[in-house]
Amino acid sequence: MLRLARGLAQGIPSRIGVRVTKSLAVALHPGIERAKVPRSRGIRGRTAEVSEIQPEGGRPLPPLEGARPEADAVISIDHVTKRFGAFVAVDDAHFDIARGEFFSMLGPSGCGKTTTLRMIAGFEQPSTGEIRLDGKDMSRVPPYKRQVNTVFQQYALFPHMNVWDNVAFGLRATKVPKPEISKRVNDLLGVVRLAGFAERRPGQLSGGQQQRVALARALVNYPRALLLDEPLGALDLKLRQAMQLELKRIQRELDITFIFVTHDQEEALTMSDRIAVMNEGRVEQIGTPEQIYHEPASVFVAGFIGMANLLPARVDGRDGELAIARVAGDHFVRVEAAPGVADGAEATLMVRPERAHLRVDEPPAGLIGIPTDVVDLVFQGPVVRFELRIADGTTLVAHVGPEDDLPLLRPGDRVWMCWEPGAGRLLAPSGHSAPMPGVDNTKELSTIVRSHQ
Amino acid sequence: MTALAPTTAPRREAMTGTVTSPSGRVGKALVNVMAVLALGYLFLPIFVIVLFSFNEPKGKFNAVWQQFTLENWLHPFSDTALTDALILSIEIAVLASLVATVLGTFLAIALVRYRFRGGSGVNFFLVLPLTTPEIVLGASLLTLFLEPHLVLANQQFTLGFTTILLAHIMFCVSYVAMTVKARIRGFDWTLEDAAMDLGASPSRTFFKVTLPLIMPGILAAFLLSFALSVDDFIITYFVSGPSTTTFPVRIFGQSRTATPPQINVLATMILVVSVSVMFVATWFGQRRQRRMGIS
Repeated sequence: MLRLARGLAQGIPSRIGVRVTKSLAVALHPGIERAKVPRSRGIRGRTAEVSEIQPEGGRPLPPLEGARPEADAVISIDHVTKRFGAFVAVDDAHFDIARGEFFSMLGPSGCGKTTTLRMIAGFEQPSTGEIRLDGKDMSRVPPYKRQVNTVFQQYALFPHMNVWDNVAFGLRATKVPKPEISKRVNDLLGVVRLAGFAERRPGQLSGGQQQRVALARALVNYPRALLLDEPLGALDLKLRQAMQLELKRIQRELDITFIFVTHDQEEALTMSDRIAVMNEGRVEQIGTPEQIYHEPASVFVAGFIGMANLLPARVDGRDGELAIARVAGDHFVRVEAAPGVADGAEATLMVRPERAHLRVDEPPAGLIGIPTDVVDLVFQGPVVRFELRIADGTTLVAHVGPEDDLPLLRPGDRVWMCWEPGAGRLLAPSGHSAPMPGVDNTKELSTIVRSHQ
Repeated sequence: MTALAPTTAPRREAMTGTVTSPSGRVGKALVNVMAVLALGYLFLPIFVIVLFSFNEPKGKFNAVWQQFTLENWLHPFSDTALTDALILSIEIAVLASLVATVLGTFLAIALVRYRFRGGSGVNFFLVLPLTTPEIVLGASLLTLFLEPHLVLANQQFTLGFTTILLAHIMFCVSYVAMTVKARIRGFDWTLEDAAMDLGASPSRTFFKVTLPLIMPGILAAFLLSFALSVDDFIITYFVSGPSTTTFPVRIFGQSRTATPPQINVLATMILVVSVSVMFVATWFGQRRQRRMGIS
């Protein structure tokens, strides 16, 4: 009621567009003086910070209370596990989602991301653990008493109601007074640019328009967080890209927490402030898109996000902060190591194809390189895609731009695949990824992912 | 018959373009003959009912065509016993269908929506009344109603309105549940999730979202159940008792001593009403589909 009253006091102007959305944002978040979560993204090379916390054995880490200010977390997932019979759908998920954040849960189908979302919405109850909304435990509260709203995968618009009634549904259900209903519905239809479509039925709209109705309908209750379950999956590529920008715009203008579930890594990288990468029920890593891409915590994350060359390696020792790894037979390389990489153990060396260079001669001291044979090469416009093979048979890929001044190469030629010392990364074998904090730039949130055998 | 003409005519034209061989032409003629015969087979009895409502019979039996009269239609309710029976039939049909539709709909939703222990058992018991011979059902219902110690806690029923109503509800529930089940099999249950997500309580969700969307199926089930109840003879004959007679039971009882043409008049009225209801239902259904934008 307080929020509502303040929203009314602010006097939502009936003109649509940015001014409306600003006042909507004020209605949503009356605490104007509150600290915003900065959206500046991380810089590369934070290995020193990452490796600070490295307990062994996969024991749950003590919650870092000081680093998790309850006041600023809209949603806390507190050691939540969900079992369906013997099947563990979500395995001890533990993270916070901040106010105003665009948070994505990314992973292949069956990784537990949708189950996690359904637990936040209230359609499923956690087997163990707690889900808190604004600090209050919501785990046993039914969906219609939670201040979060969902955009469903197939939109789930009510086919027997027109667009206006669809959007007004939530307000009527929560007994909002009539003049307020029409004001809010019209505002929201303006925000999603469907003002002229109020009388249409969902069946008479295109996929993209239905998507925006679903968005308006879910936002009309001014939720504390908006949950989106693969909302762009049913759209074609062009529309999907347009809707990505549209979603981002709406999220920025309304300043609402978005929790976005997707299996599309590009989508997650494009839109998110932070991403939780999930696999087989576990959260493998949480971090900004840059952290996830450049500093993957596990082989799974490295392989799932973008393209990655993954070479079997053995850790041979340490040189200061760098590890010394043996790859491709008996080549020793100095490389940054992800947490959990133990001396003398098997590990995986990751190099992104776009960070690899090719040289005909042995690389100079500043570069790391291994000898390879060219298997195939394909001109792709901006880059040439090289397929290479090393001595043990592993196939590698390098995207080589015009700055690598190379002679004409053919399959069978011998070249050195090289990379800058910072471009490679040593990862622990999958399934044994060590605890690692997703480092937030502002230190406002600490997210801990712990390992499971 | 006239309604068929515009739909068959273009099809025949389309076929003449492709069928050229003499044997094909013979086959086409055969199909038409068979169609006319089949339709005649279906409609001839109904035609006779309507025709004989305009007959002026000599004697008590309206079985031989004598001459045309409007007398029967001017006094359709002159046989008061028959009229009372019809009114009773309609009362029972309305009540039984209402109760059966509510119960059957909830049963169908439960069976389609939720997986629960004993669900397949319930399914089996639903089909049972449909497959059991009516004569057996009727006989066993009679036993149930008259035997005070069997199940109903020393409650003995007087055969009459209550027993007929109970029996009709019993078999109508099965038909309603089967009909509604078939109609809601493709229902998108995430709509219920969406409604609750938006703050609607479970009951509001049911009345604002689920019920309006499955209403056509429920209406169809109600009409079917109404028709079955009005029509039922065998079970009703067992459980109606000596003083309470429904329309079919009355006609059967009368048929040995007399068949007044009012039987045909009332039957024709029922026919006209049910055909009109069917047309209205179809029209509403099409309009609704258009408005939902489903083509």
